[in-house]
Order: sequence, then structure tokens, then C-alpha cells
Amino acid sequence: MLRLHNVQTFHGNVQVLKDLSIEVSEGEIITLIGANGAGKTTTLMSISGIVPPRAGEILFDGKPIQNVSPDDIVASGISLVPEGRRIFPRLTVMENLDMGAFLRRDNAEIKKDVNHIFELFPILAERRHQQGGTLSGGEQQMLAISRALMARPRLLLLDEPSLGLGPIFVKLIFDIIRKINTESRTTIFLVEQNAHMALKVAHRGYVMENGRITLEGSADTLLHNEDVKKAYLGI
Amino acid sequence: MDYFLELLIGGLTRGSIYALIALGYTMVYGIIELINFAHGEIYMIGAFTALIVAGVLAMSGMSGLSVLILASVVAVIYSAAYGFTVEKVAYKPLRHASRLSPLISAIGMSIFLQNYVLVAQTSDFLPFPNLLPDLPFLANYVGFIGSTEFIIIGTTAVIMVLLTLLIKFTRMGKAMRATAQDRNMAMLVGVNVNRVISNTFIIGSALAAIGGVLIASHVGRINFYIGFLAGIKAFTAAVLGGIGSIPGAVLGALVLGCTESFATGYVSSDYEDVFAFVLLIVILIIKPSGLLGHKPTQKV
Repeated sequence: MLRLHNVQTFHGNVQVLKDLSIEVSEGEIITLIGANGAGKTTTLMSISGIVPPRAGEILFDGKPIQNVSPDDIVASGISLVPEGRRIFPRLTVMENLDMGAFLRRDNAEIKKDVNHIFELFPILAERRHQQGGTLSGGEQQMLAISRALMARPRLLLLDEPSLGLGPIFVKLIFDIIRKINTESRTTIFLVEQNAHMALKVAHRGYVMENGRITLEGSADTLLHNEDVKKAYLGI
Repeated sequence: MDYFLELLIGGLTRGSIYALIALGYTMVYGIIELINFAHGEIYMIGAFTALIVAGVLAMSGMSGLSVLILASVVAVIYSAAYGFTVEKVAYKPLRHASRLSPLISAIGMSIFLQNYVLVAQTSDFLPFPNLLPDLPFLANYVGFIGSTEFIIIGTTAVIMVLLTLLIKFTRMGKAMRATAQDRNMAMLVGVNVNRVISNTFIIGSALAAIGGVLIASHVGRINFYIGFLAGIKAFTAAVLGGIGSIPGAVLGALVLGCTESFATGYVSSDYEDVFAFVLLIVILIIKPSGLLGHKPTQKV
């Protein structure tokens, strides 16, 4: 479904991604783990077109998207839940959700999706007229995921969804990720520092170091890999 | 009391014109954090376009309300096209440059447009016909407000309501607010940010053109330089109200207009600008983000 082939991305003159190759198949949850500064967020920014790669190829459904504008990438079915949630602070919860469905015109279906999201996260229904910036961190994360879902993506990119959240919210967020994947068959690309949780929910994983993939395999193998255990699981 | 009301109406009239121009500054700043110094020139070009159209129509024997409407429509379209083009030519290529570059480009654009009109027209003041209709019923009921003042304040009020509805409830308005709050995130939900920026320039320029037609009718003469002072005043109003905030620009403009009017009426017209800028300084000392400005939110 998604294929990154020898992708090289730069921030100014600094090369962040060095010959990065990743493959994601339809319906799976894959996770990308790695230390701070390894290039995980840049990988997602390259896929979504915000920081286009300087060399290499990104194929979505076999079509190159590395030079497509971000709004067209969203239209093709990829949505990103960015690091730090990036809720529009002075739009209401409802307006934030509307913005998620910005490219859709099927108002009846949009309404249905909003209701579905309010079932999933009742707290958002309660706060629907509140400004996004006034929500707590966990609520903002729910809203960020919901906003991305409003676009009905086929591929959902999640950047550190558990960052800065308490244990109850972390568990809730991971449950939701699993649910999104099984219920609506949405493919999920999860970037995480919480490697343990990420590998438990994912089918496959990649380990990234300094802009390169150093290890890949099924989530189970990675969980029991000695190097991964030492470096990322703290065991 | 009558004198006070007269000054108040005069201030609100001025303030309305400032508001129409200030909105262009504040909306553009809200979205791309640029002070568009060429904005005053767009207002001037709007007034000139209306003058030319009105002249041509008058020669063909038209008169009254149809001249006003036609001249305003052409001025709005022409100015909007200028605003759109200025952004594409002078600012868009510098979108990723350091913040100083587009600012210098804006000043250059302002000087270029002034001199272009100077060469194409003349440096003399040209008489501008009063296109605004006379409303005799006003004199019968309320003595302190003239027809032109009434029309200027009324038109501005209607435009403000329409603009608020546009920003609050339409798809484009939501996209504009989202882009102003977080441009990258707006892209990530599928907003075509280039189109939003173009629309912002078009709307701002159209409002400035309406301001240009109204004030030229009121004052009765224009030249190539009118955009400079009006631009500076409107920019002051936008900063006063909190740059980036739409209601702030309107409030700032009305406060500024009334301050000038009262200073002229009760002190001396020599001190009009002194009071305007003293007010700006005092408010910025007390509230640096302006009357309705919000503090920049920390992005995590």
C-alpha cells in the first residue's frame, strides 16, 4: 500500500533521512521505533508532503506521491495525527472535527462520522462547543485522532500519540488504535517512543537509528530481540 | 451636546474607513505574519478606478445610484486583482525567506504602485464627484448626521456583519481561521493554503477599495499619495486593536477615528495625529498585544 524507497530528506543542509526504505501493507499496524532525533517525525512529514524528500520514492497504491502537495495527499487517503496534537486552539471541538472533514462534501455521512466519534469519545461530545485550546492533553489527543479520522483515511499516520499522557489515557489511546484497525480496516503507521506498548499493538515493526532502518521484523520477534530489549525496552 | 454628537459621528465615519482598510492588514498578518505595506496603495488604486469609471459613465450620460454601484463594482474587482497579483509577484516567491525579505518587498511594492499611478495620472489633486446619494429624510429626523456619514457608517456596518458571517460559518472562513492558527496543520487536513492566502488578499483588497470609493466621495479629491497616510493610520488601528484580530481591527479603527475627531474638535486640528499616536503608545504600554489581541500561543 505504502512504499518508501531510498528516501532522503533534508532539514536545510542537514540530512535527516538516509536511504530510508519502509513498506506498509493494507490492513496492518506497523510501528517505527527509535531514539530522539532518529528521524521518525521527519519520516511522517515526508510521507504527508510537508517536508518533501530530496531523493528517493514514496509510492502510495503504486503511485509516486513524493512531489504531491499535502492537501492532495490527504485527498488520496493519508491522514496524519501530528506530534504534539496540533489542535486548532481557537476553533471549537466541533469546528476542529469539521476541519478534519474539510475535503469531504457528503454532509450526511460526515454527521454520521461525528456521531460515531462522540460514541467513541463521549467527553468530546460534552465539550463540543469548547475551544480546542482549553482541552486537557488527553482530550486533545482524542480530538487529534478524531480529526484525522474525519477524513476517512485509508492510511492513518500517528506520531507519538502517547507522549505526555497519563497511563489511563495511554491505554485508552492504544485500545482505540487497535479498534480503528480492526473495525474499519484502516491501515496504521505508528511512530512511538513507548516501544513496549507500540510493539504489543503492532503487527510488524521497524527500528530506526540516525535516519536509517537498522532492524525490522514481526512485532513479536522485535519484542524478544536482545538489542531492542536493551536499547528501547529498558529490560 | 450637538457638537459632541457631531464629533462622534465624524469620528465614527473616519473610523469606518480606517476599519475597512485595517481589516486587510490584520487578515494578511493573521495568516502569513506579513505587514503588507502596499495595502494603502490598493485603497488608492480603488479610488482612482472609481474616479475613472465614474468619469466615463458621466460622459455617457448616466447618473445617480447606477454610477455609484458600477464604479464601486469595477473598483472592487480591479483592486482585488491588484491585491492578488501583488501577493503572487512580491510575496509568494519569498514565502520561505527570512521575515525581513517580504517586508522590504512590500515597501518596494508600495513605492512602485505610488509612482506608477503618479506617472499614469498626475501628481495634482483630482476632484472626485460625490457619488453617494442624498438622503433627505435624515435632515427631517436627525440633524447631526449627514447623508454621506450615514452611508459610510451604514455600509461599513453591513460589510462587517457579512465578513463576520463569512469568517464564522463558511468553509472558506473556517479554512482561513485554521490557517491563521496553524498553517502546517491546515495543510495536513487538506486545506490548499496558497488558495487561502490568495483569498485573504482578494477580500482585504476589495474592502480597501470600498473604503477608497466611500472616502473619496466624502472628501471630494484624491491623488496618488492618499494611500500612504490612510495606510499608516489603518495599520495603527490594526495594531491598536491587536494585529491579527478581526474584531480588534474594527474596534481599534473606531477608537482611533473618534480620538482624532475629538482631538480636532476640542483641542486643535494640529494635534490630531499627535493624539492618535499617543493613544497607540499608551495602549501598547498597558497592553502590548493590543486591545483584543491574544498572546502568541506556545506550540508544543
